[in-house]
Amino acid sequence: MPALPQTLAHLITQYGPHLHDTPPGGWQGRESSDRLVKTHCCFCGVQCGIQLKVRDNTVIGFEPWEDFPVNRGMLCPKGVKRYLQGSHPDRLLTPLIRDANGFSSADWPTVLDHVTDHIRRIQDQYGHDAFAVLSGASLTNEKAYLIGKFARLALRTRHIDYNGRLCMVSAGAANRMAFGIDRGGQPWSDIPLAKCLILAGINIGECFPILTDYIWRARDNGARIIVIDPRRTPIAGTADLLLPVRPGRDSALMNGLLHVCLARSWIDYDFIAQHTQGFDEVRQTVASYTPERVAEITGVPAAAIVQAAEWWGTAPTAMLLHARGIEHHTQGTENCLACINLVLATGKIGKPGCGYSTITGQGNGQGGREHGQRCNQLPSGRDIENPEHRRIVAERWGVAETDLPGVGYTATEMREAIHRGEIRGLLCICFNPLVSLPDAVYTRAALERLEFFCVIDFFMSETARHANVILPGSLHEEDEGTVTTAEGRVIRIRQAVQPPGLARPDWEIICDLARRFAPRKQFPYACVEDIFRELRRVSRGGLCDYYGITYEKIERQQGVFWPCPDHAHAGTPHLFDGGTFYHADGKARFHPVEYRPPAEDVDADYPVLLTTGRVVAQYLSGTQTRRIGPLVRQYPEPLLELHPNLAASLDVRTGDQVRVLSRRGAITLPCQVVRTIRPDTVFIPYHWPEERSANLLTIRALDPISKIPAFKVCAVRLEKVAA
Amino acid sequence: MIEPGMEFFLDPSRCIGCQACYHACAECDTHRGVSMIQLEYTDRAASPQTVPVVCMHCEDPTCAEVCPADAIKKTADGVVQSALASHCIGCMNCVLACPFGVPRYLPELDLMMKCDMCYDRTSAGKRPMCVTVCPSGALAYGSRAEIEALRRERPMNSFVFGPQVVQTKVQMMLPVGVQALEVDITAFMTSARETTTSSEAESGAAA
Repeated sequence: MPALPQTLAHLITQYGPHLHDTPPGGWQGRESSDRLVKTHCCFCGVQCGIQLKVRDNTVIGFEPWEDFPVNRGMLCPKGVKRYLQGSHPDRLLTPLIRDANGFSSADWPTVLDHVTDHIRRIQDQYGHDAFAVLSGASLTNEKAYLIGKFARLALRTRHIDYNGRLCMVSAGAANRMAFGIDRGGQPWSDIPLAKCLILAGINIGECFPILTDYIWRARDNGARIIVIDPRRTPIAGTADLLLPVRPGRDSALMNGLLHVCLARSWIDYDFIAQHTQGFDEVRQTVASYTPERVAEITGVPAAAIVQAAEWWGTAPTAMLLHARGIEHHTQGTENCLACINLVLATGKIGKPGCGYSTITGQGNGQGGREHGQRCNQLPSGRDIENPEHRRIVAERWGVAETDLPGVGYTATEMREAIHRGEIRGLLCICFNPLVSLPDAVYTRAALERLEFFCVIDFFMSETARHANVILPGSLHEEDEGTVTTAEGRVIRIRQAVQPPGLARPDWEIICDLARRFAPRKQFPYACVEDIFRELRRVSRGGLCDYYGITYEKIERQQGVFWPCPDHAHAGTPHLFDGGTFYHADGKARFHPVEYRPPAEDVDADYPVLLTTGRVVAQYLSGTQTRRIGPLVRQYPEPLLELHPNLAASLDVRTGDQVRVLSRRGAITLPCQVVRTIRPDTVFIPYHWPEERSANLLTIRALDPISKIPAFKVCAVRLEKVAA
Repeated sequence: MIEPGMEFFLDPSRCIGCQACYHACAECDTHRGVSMIQLEYTDRAASPQTVPVVCMHCEDPTCAEVCPADAIKKTADGVVQSALASHCIGCMNCVLACPFGVPRYLPELDLMMKCDMCYDRTSAGKRPMCVTVCPSGALAYGSRAEIEALRRERPMNSFVFGPQVVQTKVQMMLPVGVQALEVDITAFMTSARETTTSSEAESGAAA
């Protein structure tokens, strides 16, 4: 497909992003609502409970939901203002088909025929695998399950993957390798019981604000807080110790902490002997990671490394939490494994107040990786290349095992396959790769190579502008379903309103398309709960066993932690009680990790490290939050954060424009000079598109195991822009 | 009437600057889209530290004392209200005089408005909206016994502004054991010198 169908300015005028500020119906008279709907926030993996205020099939505001135990009424600014997305003037209200002049509205039968014809044409000409599906981890469990089944059985393509590939796959891979299961081991209610907390690459105050309360409660109970981050983030402001690691050196730092624990005998040899395998190789590996050597690699003083190890090693209870900061690397999986080595070796897991978790950044970051929308997985976290797993899923789906495609490309590899001409058509839902993938110029070129591109979305995202067909789908509050939070709690998402105009619930759109390619009996659902009932049955006996979870039980218990194998089972908040893990022998696995430098390091031409991340007022690629006025005004544009030492070398002050250049591209941003970032590193939040996109600079190097891109480190050069 | 014994506690050291309070306040049906909370960085160049500013509800409110129109009233339970629309003359004496910088003059209404501790909610047994949403506990509401059982910080409500001592209904939590705060990240690193990117950076830093 050629580039944009109209000029960018024209597209933005017509489809936004525009800012929406005022509640539908205005500020007056909001006291009188028809009802309050208890549901959850649509944004991060904390999934705060919230009550949406509804009047005349419109969400007009919110009330805190103080009885929901996770957040007890607390919200971040995104949760407070999320209600403004529903009545938004940019909302897509009809199917759109691209023509010579831009996009034209169409009716559903016409547009679905059109999509079907193009998919058939591409698959007839180039084979089933020439058409791929990209999906997302903000989808409900039901939709994640459905889109996986749709790709495998209806489209019969092996290429389906999701934007969790940019999010939590490094941690997921490490969890599977170490524990035999991919879920946080303990609920967040254990955090306040920890006497030492390591927060590694997790900007809790901005990305998971509600968890701040859990951290502060731990501190109130006497916990030491150790923050590992190249920036002094809000949570680090009053931490006991900050280890400002040079980006891309996390595994070395973790090895250094374990080295000190070994040298000082802060090791739980009983736990290691009874509950783990492989410690000897790790011991040998970390022997060379002396505090002095690690200080040289990481830029963290040796004394601080020793202090952190002492607090961790001698604490009666301790917990390690991390997020994308250590995962978005070409060594992402290794960084997570190095953390797990420390946790296992000191026996800080499987008992109250102890544990290890990644906190997922997307609303359904946990559930989104369990139900078969990943290129290598069938539902319930089953391995698509495992003959027994294939047999079980094929049997429960009522198809022959040979009808199931094999492993496909990851989301990041699909882009390469499009460039090679191997993938010719794409269906995309809940994913805005033009903003969220690294090296955006390369992404745009890939989209422009597609012969046919169909997007299901509720707003015209930057990616959707390149589509041939856009199908208006549903917002979070316009559909039923379940989500699994970052602590493994399955919760209920409630429909508050009907989709407006001709927009439809996503699952109905997918089912309608599916039935054009596959027998109706394979997609027989009359409602969302039908999909969940099938998901439960298919998951039975699998790793992510949802069989005993029902909508009714979720409401009664305010969430159910999987695995929950039968109806009498209340769920499993603590996965590793007593040190039992999910490998066949019940033992956890150590994995020795040697530090490797990042794929792209600084040199004379590009002497500064760039790291990217989020701000509290925005969510992911901003498709929703860049349309909400109060959130945009809170942080209107990306700022280049840099240290005064670096600023002095460029002769720039806060507010000056600075050009940031990498080997992929260049952008110009106003700078913010702060003493809260390492002088060798700059930070740019990634939520913005086009000429302000941090991902014009980032590198598309991947972790060899998880295939996550290295968003957190690449090399750049800075130039002052004359005023 | 606010339930006796319920108090508002403010602990800026817990504030993460997320602005949930600011936005939630603006949702109020009485001041519609205008927040009565200010949230500011103490010095963003030096620290991510932010401070939420709500009305402190003084025992002898300076705003009311300086009001020439007698428009600012305190309820029997100690909540200082927004100016009465029928009395307020928009002179902004209160805006200038408040030692905490709280009252706002809204030109479109020609009226002073300020935080009234969500009197519609608190007088009905609910917590103020900002407290309810605050994810960090920087804003809290409950009994003194509750807060003292949960936290090491201790409440304080006496403020000295030169010769003026102000007693407030809202309690400020004071941190324990703080002697010095390092505010520059280089203090946590091996050496600032080795991580700068050019000789100019060093000379710039020295200057």
